[in-house]
This record gives sequence, C-alpha cells and structure tokens, in this order.
Amino acid sequence: MEFLEAISSKFNYWIYVIIMMIGLYAMVAKNNLVKKLIGMSIFQTALILFYVSIGYKENATIPILHHDQVHGAHHEEAGHDEDTDAHHDVEHAIEATAEEIHADAQNHAEEAGHEISHSDHGSLEINPNDFINPLPHVLMLTAIVVGVATLGVGLAITQKLYGEFGTIEESEIIQQIRDDK
Amino acid sequence: MKAIGFITVIITALLLLQAEKDFPNWGDPESPASSYRLSQHYITQTFPETTVPNMVTAVLADYRGYDTMFETVVIFTAGIAIIGILRVFGSSSQQEHKEPKLTTKKPDIIVATTCRLLLPIIQLFALYVVAHGHHSPGGGFQGGVIFGAGFILLALSRNLQSAQEWVPENRILNLAGIGIFIYAGFGVVALLSGGNFLDYGFLTKLLPGGVEDARSHSMLGVEIGVAFTVTAIMFSIYSNLASNGKMKEGI
Amino acid sequence: MIWIFDIIILVFLVITSIIALQVKDLLSAAMIFGVYSFLMCLLWAGMGAVDVAFTEAAVGAGVSAVFMISTVLRTDRRSSD
Repeated sequence: MEFLEAISSKFNYWIYVIIMMIGLYAMVAKNNLVKKLIGMSIFQTALILFYVSIGYKENATIPILHHDQVHGAHHEEAGHDEDTDAHHDVEHAIEATAEEIHADAQNHAEEAGHEISHSDHGSLEINPNDFINPLPHVLMLTAIVVGVATLGVGLAITQKLYGEFGTIEESEIIQQIRDDK
Repeated sequence: MKAIGFITVIITALLLLQAEKDFPNWGDPESPASSYRLSQHYITQTFPETTVPNMVTAVLADYRGYDTMFETVVIFTAGIAIIGILRVFGSSSQQEHKEPKLTTKKPDIIVATTCRLLLPIIQLFALYVVAHGHHSPGGGFQGGVIFGAGFILLALSRNLQSAQEWVPENRILNLAGIGIFIYAGFGVVALLSGGNFLDYGFLTKLLPGGVEDARSHSMLGVEIGVAFTVTAIMFSIYSNLASNGKMKEGI
Repeated sequence: MIWIFDIIILVFLVITSIIALQVKDLLSAAMIFGVYSFLMCLLWAGMGAVDVAFTEAAVGAGVSAVFMISTVLRTDRRSSD
C-alpha cells in the first residue's frame, strides 16, 4: 500500500525521465541528421515539461487574476475615495451598470471566504496557495523560443551539409571526409 | 556507437531515477519551489504594483525584463545566423550535387482562395493576442509567432515569389531590428529619466497615470517590440529554409 | 488535474516519441513530431500552465513542424535507420 502510494505520487517523474532518455539516445545513436534534431527537440520539450510540473499545486487555479477579483477591489476604492479623477469617473460610470456583477462577486467572496477582503482600502487579499507558481512558466517561455531558434539553425546546417556532400547520413559523410583526405 | 550510447543512457536514467526518491510529492503546495518567498511575492504583489492581472506576463516583461530582452536578441541572432549559413547572393549556374527536382505547379485555386480569406482573420487574431497579453494568456511571443505563421501560410498557398513581393527581405530585417530597438529604447529612456535600466516606474513623466499605470503601458510597448522581431525572424527563417537560400522557388 | 487524462496523455507521449524516431520516412517523422508537440500542449494546459501551452501550440505545431517539413523536402526523404 505504501508502495502504491509512492508510485502514484511520483509516477509522473518517472515518465519524464523516460522521455528525456529517449531523446538523449536519439541524439547520440541515430545516423540521420534530421532524426538527431528531432531527438534534440524531444529532449528539450521533456525538460520543459519537468520544470512546468514543479510549479503545479493541487486545487489551485491558473496564475491569472479573475475579472471579478480585480474589479471587486476597484469598486471598493471608488466607493471610499472622494476625489474626482478621470479614472474614478469611468469607474463610477461602470459601477452604475455593473451592480449585479458586484453583488455576484460579493456572493462568491462570501462563499470562498478568503479571496477578496472588503475591509481595507483597495488592498487585494490574495492567498498564494490558490494560484499556481508563475515563476517556472516564465523561465520555460524563454526556453521554448530559444529551442525553436536552435532548431532553425540546426536545420539550416543540415541543408548546407546536403548541398556539400549529397547525403544526410552521418556515417556516409564521415566516409566521404576520410576518402577526400 | 549504438552500444556506447545505450549504456550511457541507461546509466543516466538510473542516476536520475535514484535522485527522484528525494523529490517532493507531485503537486504539493508545501514543496520548496512553491513556498519560495519570491514566488509568493510575485503572486501577491503583481496586481498592486503593476495593475496587470496576468502574472506570467508581468514577471516576463517587468520583473524579468532583462531576460526577455536578451531572449529577443537570441532570436534575432538565430535569424541572422541562418542568413549567414544559407543565403547565396547572385545567380550561380552550377550546382555541386543533384538537388531534388520539385514539381512547380500553379497554385491550386481552392487552397489559394481559402487562405486569402483566412489571412486577415489570422492577422487580426495575432494583434488581439499581443494587445490582450495583460488580461489573458498571450503576449508578445505568441502574437508574433501567429503573425509570422500567417505570412508563412501566404507563402505556402501561393508560391514564395508572391510572398516576397508582399514582404520583401530587407524590409523584414529592418522590422526585426526596430523591434529590439524599441525594447532597448524603453530601457534607455528609463535610464535618462533618472532610474535604472528598464525601470518602468520612472517613465511617469512621459506616460499618463501613476507609477503602476506607467509600468502597465510600457509592458505593452515592450511586448509590441518583441512581436515585431519574432514576426520578422519567423518569416525570414522560413523563406531561407524553404528556398535553400536562393529565394527563387519555395516548397 | 484529472488523473485518467494525465496517464493516458503521458503514455501516448512515450509512444509517439518512440515512433517519431523509428519511422524510415522523414516526412512522417516530422508529422508525428507535430503530434508530440500537440500532446505536450494538452498536458501543460491540464497542469494550469496556459501561457506555456499557448506558446507551444503556436511554436511547436505551427512553426517548428513547418521548418522540419521544408528541410525534409529540400534534402533526402528516406533515411536508412
């Protein structure tokens, strides 16, 4: 039973390691250059999958604040402050037509109990345990785009090699280089 | 070679699986990555400090803006490198090895008409993704890639020549350079206004609103710069790869 | 995160990555790589990483597969292993 629990909570990590090793094996052992590049891409995406899964939390939502939470806090600010900024004029205009959204947000807040705080002036109470960690997502966005740039350069080199040697099998290219010497 | 590779892969796999015994459970809220103070600062303080609901865009363009700038430079460098590797200028009548003869046929009328109808919708969607990056998943990269994919669709449904008439090569590379210039320009303007490089809070003298609104608006400007560069480089890489550098005929 | 979908998509990921590396026709390999990319996108969307899934859908299936197919059509289409 303990073994089953150990498997089910860490089962995903094993699969990530298996996919990474498939990509690594393709990079080392395949003869065709395009297959090597496919292996490199598989390795990169498996690594990104591993990082993204670190930021996951159970029963948490996506790292984007919801419209109700955002405008719930703005309604409180517009209600309490007394200055007549253009910003607050717009808020007053929206407030008259969006009363039911506000009431809805309040109902949701009373149900949830901890997401919106109406007691202080415009400070939004966000519980960090309700949102998924955004930091790995940011790092992996950069990694994906750099991966596609590297793939493009690799494919360009492959085309150039084909123009030089007439083949994209690595063993034949090495054979031709040895024969030319 | 295959045997050595196989043994190496097996050893690495065993080492990694051995290291996984110490990992926290999957999805644990108390794991060290999730209870890290910086992550919690990002989750709680993004909206009060920058008025942007999308935390990932805020961290990408504001808190970690330096990384994003150099990532744009990396994409630009990759595009330039592919031009350096593949592009042949001038006409060369001799070829060293036999190139596969691609059958050049007229563009199919159904495909060409459908893609002509779809292209404005794709471009509009790409602009929407860039502009709405603050409130929904999206941002500069995604919008730039979709825009570039629209141009690639144009080159695929007709031939590369007509796409080159619409999107000439030197103008596209100008666009890529302008994108990075916009990004670095925001940083230098912040420097000249008295703050650090890429410190958007000091741009309140030029942009309307308070400190938080200035950060939100300059995030949008920076994302537009990224979208320019990514669009241009995606189409440039495609046209170089599809025509083998000669820009005469595509696939 | 629904456990059943998680396990099914992970198993399909392993299967498609092995198949993409074993077929002899490189055009099919590029296509199956596009399928692999799409399954990754589904997995990340299920895990709540919506920005990353959006980028992978646009980049992996849209641009990366097209680059590979254009290279395959400009070089050999068969591979020996």
